[in-house]
Amino acid sequence: MTFTSGVKAGTSIAIGYFPIAITFGLLAKTTGLSMIEATAMSLLVFAGAAQYISLSLLAKSVDPTLIILNTFIVNIRHFLMTASLNEKMEPAARWKKGLYAFGVTDETFSVLATRKESKLPTAFAAGVILISYSSWVVFTAVGHVIGDILPAFLQAAMGIALYAMFIGLLVPSMKENRKVIWLAFTGAVIHMFLYFTGLLSTGWSILVATLLSAIIVEIWYINLAKKEATNG
Amino acid sequence: MNYWIMLLGMALVTYIPRAIPLTFLEGKELPPVISGVLKNIPYAVLGALIFPAILFIKEGDILFGIIGAIAAFALAFAGANVILVVMGSIAILAVVSYI
Repeated sequence: MTFTSGVKAGTSIAIGYFPIAITFGLLAKTTGLSMIEATAMSLLVFAGAAQYISLSLLAKSVDPTLIILNTFIVNIRHFLMTASLNEKMEPAARWKKGLYAFGVTDETFSVLATRKESKLPTAFAAGVILISYSSWVVFTAVGHVIGDILPAFLQAAMGIALYAMFIGLLVPSMKENRKVIWLAFTGAVIHMFLYFTGLLSTGWSILVATLLSAIIVEIWYINLAKKEATNG
Repeated sequence: MNYWIMLLGMALVTYIPRAIPLTFLEGKELPPVISGVLKNIPYAVLGALIFPAILFIKEGDILFGIIGAIAAFALAFAGANVILVVMGSIAILAVVSYI
């Protein structure tokens, strides 16, 4: 559980970020951002979905204040993730936690939070985050410079990378614990409902689906435990 | 507004929700129900992150996403580690889109 094992665990994220960061760099170029501006966004914001949305808003000349507000709304779900991650991380100085908090994305969170160890060392999180962040920043710049050199069939196939990683993280826990199946299933069903009805925007619908699933399944399991206690 | 000011604004509103829980919940004992819900979050969010987005990885071709999803689940159920699941799914879809 060292920095090095964190880097290893983060390699799948680095692979998954590759096509998305390349594409981001390319799109940023077509939106009119310079290489420095595009790379600086990846360097300072480090949030894929929000960055993509900001490009489409920039292209439409939307008021920058609204772009900032939109970024906030899309990324508010990370509040839930860092609150959850706090239960998983070993205690550390506030400045250290403040530092690696910057690197908590959907992907780094998923890799850290699904680890079997009950308490994760700070160095391990630093390894996961550093390799992921490097991939994101470097390939944004590369994407801006070299753009569309990947063959189309490979670009299409690489779109699966991050989702395949999420599945690879989820399935082993599913096999071990039935509660995990219910949590993922309920989260997926609620998110699909919110998505297809268009009730909420992406950032909010992930947040609401996650929270509802986590609460519903928890209450259900507490009731199950109570019933078993009275019957037994 | 200057691009750089907008960028700093984006950085700030992204960082704050990430930093507040990690820096201010340290050492605080949460009620068991809240702690239980927070421990559920990783699995609930994975479900929400995967579906329905995985179905739309190729615009206008939902079957492509379905094949990718089946490939990833099959590899993961077979016991492949995360990197193998990622590389294997990419390989399978590369073959599918090449033919």
